[in-house]
Amino acid sequence: MLNPEILEIISASKPWGWVLEPEAKRILSLGGIRVPRYKWAQTLEEALQFAEENGYPLVAKVVSPEVIHKTEQKGVALGIQNKIALAEAFHRLSSFEGAKGVLVEESIHGIELIIGAKIDFQFGPVILMGIGGTGVEIYQDTSLRMAPITAEDSESMLNGLKAHRLLEGYRGAETVNRTALSRTLLAFSDLIMTLDERVSSVDLNPVFCSAQDCVVGDARIMLPS
Amino acid sequence: MNYKRLLQPKSIAVIGVSLHNNRHPANIVYQKNRLRYPIKVFAVNPRGGEIQGERLYERPGDIPEKVDLAIIAVRADLVPDTMAQCISAGMGGAVIISGGFSEVGQTELQDRLVKMALDADFPFIGPNCLGIFSPGLVDTFFLPPERTVRPESGNVALVSQSGGVLVDQMVNFAGEGVGLSLGVSIGNKALVDEVSLLEYLSEDPNTDAIAFYLEGFSKNGGRRFVEAACHCQKPIVVLKSGRSPEGGRAVSSHTASLAGDYAVFSQVMTQFGVIEARTQFELVSFCEALSCYQDTINGNIGIVTGSGGHGALTVDFCASHGLNVPVLSEKLQANLKTRLSQSIQGIASTGNPVDLTGSAIDDDFVAAADCLSQSPEVDCLVLLVLPYSPGTTSDLGARLSEVYQRVGKPMVAYVPNLERYRMLIEGFELNHIPVSPAIEGAVLMAGAMRRESC
Repeated sequence: MLNPEILEIISASKPWGWVLEPEAKRILSLGGIRVPRYKWAQTLEEALQFAEENGYPLVAKVVSPEVIHKTEQKGVALGIQNKIALAEAFHRLSSFEGAKGVLVEESIHGIELIIGAKIDFQFGPVILMGIGGTGVEIYQDTSLRMAPITAEDSESMLNGLKAHRLLEGYRGAETVNRTALSRTLLAFSDLIMTLDERVSSVDLNPVFCSAQDCVVGDARIMLPS
Repeated sequence: MNYKRLLQPKSIAVIGVSLHNNRHPANIVYQKNRLRYPIKVFAVNPRGGEIQGERLYERPGDIPEKVDLAIIAVRADLVPDTMAQCISAGMGGAVIISGGFSEVGQTELQDRLVKMALDADFPFIGPNCLGIFSPGLVDTFFLPPERTVRPESGNVALVSQSGGVLVDQMVNFAGEGVGLSLGVSIGNKALVDEVSLLEYLSEDPNTDAIAFYLEGFSKNGGRRFVEAACHCQKPIVVLKSGRSPEGGRAVSSHTASLAGDYAVFSQVMTQFGVIEARTQFELVSFCEALSCYQDTINGNIGIVTGSGGHGALTVDFCASHGLNVPVLSEKLQANLKTRLSQSIQGIASTGNPVDLTGSAIDDDFVAAADCLSQSPEVDCLVLLVLPYSPGTTSDLGARLSEVYQRVGKPMVAYVPNLERYRMLIEGFELNHIPVSPAIEGAVLMAGAMRRESC
């Protein structure tokens, strides 16, 4: 059953056709998917208080219905190390067109994956997983399955990637926690099955996967027109 | 809905037979079924009269018995009324050949047919289709028989959205000796579609493998198709058109851009154990193999060849189709070697490919096939038989088939397609060993047996 809070967020997002990042992350955490600790700060004081409680480094992002491609529009400030940098970022980001505050969150590291979903005309909800980050459409290294997926599907999605060795400690690099990845994929699949045609597509990109966990760095939920 | 009278009719009524035009689709269907098939055939035309000394019935209800199948070839706007008459005459289903429905935007007219059929529990195929071809039983294709090639009766069912592609595939099946249990052209698939036929065919005792030519599914039709495929114990092969990416479409998310229609189709088919053929050649190769073998293999291939080059090419094709060619164990190789003729023991290679050389005789091929068939190291054999090498005879196909009959390990063969090798090829094919005229075709056949389980 769909959580009423999720329904409320989706219906409130209808006017601009997609769900703002802090609300998308709220939907994900209600679906049992890990997101960074964050604060949707309306004032600099709120941002600074979050920093005090959680420490640096931090990430700050613009929240605006007008800014869907945050990176391209320089709406993301990474590696904020102190109060001054946070204040500077807050002022710059809150001056964006249509800004509804600033998202401040803890910095997460790991291998960048993409987990996505699309409501396909012929097959209904389908789940995508692959090599993420800004180069996602350059590498085009992804696996697709019809939802709902099983634990075996999540394994075979990972094994089906050309770059799967990069996720398994290639040349001493950090590995990806397969259990956490599988858990994330299955929770995401469940969430998408309940959302179904209320959404049109979802990008969780990047999802930072490390030996410890998988945490969603950015989330975009597109609504049907 | 019950498709028995629709797909296995004992009597048909062809509606729309012309008094003046013998090339009219209805006339061709009437004529060929009357002359060539063991079913009762009636002709219907509202004007009545006689055709070739037989009565032309004015209405389906005038026919003095309950006919199983109506073949409707009248103008689109007359189809609903015609179908209503078939229903009240107690018929068991219809093939609607007529075009002029959703394919030209007349969706409402088509929807009327669907509603009427659902209310009356009356299955129909089409509209805008060729209908059904069931070897030795019925043929609703409006193609003059002398212009087409018909496959033998067999155990593969073929369902196609396009009538033309179905006819092409039937020609290919006939050429490769693949027998057909049923061919259906579903046209606009207003009521009977891929999913309902898949469900019917998975229960059909005459069908062991099911092939589809697909253009696209209706909304969520792909989901219903794979769900039905998952419940079907028989191997399913699909050939899909529209594989090229839909370029230039602006999409707002990475997922929507990466998960294009074909990418989703292809990976979901694999997820549910449906075998995707990418070309017509693959489709016929897969069907030929699956008509003989329905069980899955792991994909460890043993190659037996009379030529090193053929063996090397086969290894390459295996690699590109995801099949393993494991090096055989020392023990197996030693055992194999002792069973070969003295004259080739020093020159044959036994690692895999097993290259028996151009000096091999029939006994060497049989010994090698037997040895590999008995071993758990491989689970399918690819036999490369070159009838021009002087030591082998035309009996080799039949003799190698005996190894399969005895041991039960799947084998596929490559034999160059020359008329003079026909007896050797039939020695395989008549004993249910599939033969390809191309090395890659033989590898494709082996590949078809290795599929995901659902």
